Amino acid sequence: MPTSLSLKELSKKEELFSPGHRLCSGCGAPIVVKMVMLAAQYPIIAANATGCLEVSSCISEYTAWKIPWMHSAFENAAATMSGIETMYRSLKKQGKISDEIKFIAFGGDGGTYDIGFQSLSGAMERGHDMTYICYDNGAYMNTGIQRSSATPFGADTTTCPAGSKCPGKLQQRKDLTKIIAAHGVPYVAQASPSHWPDLMKKVRKALEIKGPKFLNIIAPCNRGWRSQTNDAIRLSRLAVDTNYWPLFEIENGVTRITHTPKDKKELMRFLKPQGRFKHMFTSENEWMLTAAQEHVDAYWERLKQEQECFAPQSATRPPNPEHLNWQ
Amino acid sequence: MHRKVAANGNEAIANAMRIANPDVCGAYPITPATEIMQRFTTFVSNGQVKTEMVLAESEHSAMSACIGAAAAGGRVATATSSQGMALMWEMLFIASGLRLPIVMGMANRALSAPINIHGDHSDGMGARDCGWIHLYCENAQEAFDNMLMAFKIAEHMDVRLPVMVGMDGFITSHAIQTMEWIDDETAAKFIGEYKSTNPLLDIKNPVSYGPLILADLYMEYRKAQEHVMSGVPKIVLAIANEFEQISGRKYGLFEKYRLDDAEVAIVVMSSAAGTTKEIIDQFREKGFKVGLLKPRLFRPFPYAEVGEALKHLKAVAVLDRADCFGGSHGPLYVDIASALYNYAQRPVLINKIFGLGGRDYMPDHAEYVINELLQITKDGKVKSVKEYIGVRE
Repeated sequence: MPTSLSLKELSKKEELFSPGHRLCSGCGAPIVVKMVMLAAQYPIIAANATGCLEVSSCISEYTAWKIPWMHSAFENAAATMSGIETMYRSLKKQGKISDEIKFIAFGGDGGTYDIGFQSLSGAMERGHDMTYICYDNGAYMNTGIQRSSATPFGADTTTCPAGSKCPGKLQQRKDLTKIIAAHGVPYVAQASPSHWPDLMKKVRKALEIKGPKFLNIIAPCNRGWRSQTNDAIRLSRLAVDTNYWPLFEIENGVTRITHTPKDKKELMRFLKPQGRFKHMFTSENEWMLTAAQEHVDAYWERLKQEQECFAPQSATRPPNPEHLNWQ
Repeated sequence: MHRKVAANGNEAIANAMRIANPDVCGAYPITPATEIMQRFTTFVSNGQVKTEMVLAESEHSAMSACIGAAAAGGRVATATSSQGMALMWEMLFIASGLRLPIVMGMANRALSAPINIHGDHSDGMGARDCGWIHLYCENAQEAFDNMLMAFKIAEHMDVRLPVMVGMDGFITSHAIQTMEWIDDETAAKFIGEYKSTNPLLDIKNPVSYGPLILADLYMEYRKAQEHVMSGVPKIVLAIANEFEQISGRKYGLFEKYRLDDAEVAIVVMSSAAGTTKEIIDQFREKGFKVGLLKPRLFRPFPYAEVGEALKHLKAVAVLDRADCFGGSHGPLYVDIASALYNYAQRPVLINKIFGLGGRDYMPDHAEYVINELLQITKDGKVKSVKEYIGVRE
């Protein structure tokens, strides 16, 4: 019997990521992990890229993971999981194992967008039956808030510090969700812990689909964002409500926006509470706020067009994925 | 039964893998090891093995997949060379640190730059201290035999460590040689069934692999790993004895060739040993007491046994098919020197660097070295401890 996605029912489920881990108070990552695990209705085996979640959740001789879990290195959670999943397939074919198991790889944005990008791309192309979940906090937080390709435009980090000559990061974020969708995988989605039913539905959907899936989930980091420790959910909600972090999914090539903010807010509402964007609110850097807002607006418009392009009434159809033989 | 065939080293390794029938192989092509996986994937495509392949997008991912698969709980193998091994380097330590019995065939090849696809030992020597067991092979026969034994060594319950089996790129990997297969059934029975320990796939008994271990316990883990490694030679010998029963071929930690009554000797690994033996025979016919020691188990290095085998000699030349830059000696020389240092009476030791990037090792090179050793026994003079041979001046 599937557990309904009601708080009452979910509160009865055992938490598979236990308290006592050593992540910072107010960190978004364990909230995301708990939601993912609560949503799952199958036994899960997890792989973890080196990063905050990994170093804080399994410190010998303690582990917060009540499921089989493996960390091997920084750039290879997807490749490591490829091996685990392939061994599962091999032993299942040989009749040596019968359990129905689902495989989830967790990585931060550094381990996913950057150093682990090749490994992730390879695993998606090979078609392993796994769900890769990026908890995106927008910088290398574990090593002390260095810039990543997921760091938003304008952010002040320890390797692109806002100074008199260079006002923080001058590039836009890499659009990883759509890059993974371009691999032709059956399911990718963006989610936010502020919208937990949406997040959990996407996890459930991903786990039901055979083949490679990718979820990109925003996970506020109060150390790196220089925000309050009780702000993770408020900020992830503002990320959605300002269209900074649109909630959408691309299933078999069809884009669907899963949540449209009823009362869309100005981007600065998301930026203002975060110390990493403080320098953007000075008169000489006003152009940065404009540029950031324009980028967010353009992305949202394009996303809507992509949704309309493959809408049910549209004559255009995505390539038929039926012939693909996922692992 | 035991069939005599003409085969190259890659074919020998691929066939040993077919017999071992791994549950998963992670692989990425690289010259000159590519043929191993080409042959092996043909076995996969034709249903001759049960193996599931992970045809990764890099050697780093191939080894990462092997690590995940081995932790999941099953037999795992791969093969590589040179830059591929260099790219894997980070993961080699993780495979051994997690005590995963992965077996890897290695067609030894030079490292870039300058880029060179031919044989030398720079790749294996670069991975010398990464916690893997290293076996080196003179020819295709030894590649086949060592690869079979590698599975049994790696998966031994008192070992559970990864093993790499090295043969000289092109010289051994591609040259067709006479060798003998062992029939599949006998060889498969020798390797035995894979037994898993703490498999990730056992969802009823969840385990965490790859914890963070800081200053409070890291050193104890490293000491435990060294302790396991130090017990490996005994197990390698026991498995060699078992192997002799099915093959009739005898393997030790190293091979001694006309060494016990020798006065001077060459120490050299892999294919160059064959040429050297030929020249030793010629010197012996002339009455010179010349011998050879060919390391087989290079890591863990059997220092005590090697020291005992060499201590009686007057002069020894160590031939390295790799160099350690920075004014030091070749890696094999350093090990041999360590093995002999604690003896009050020990041979004069010289070092020759040879065969880099596939440069041929010729009979006259062996002759040159032996003549130099014989001269040292007469006048005691060492003209230089380290010298490049077979090099244009």
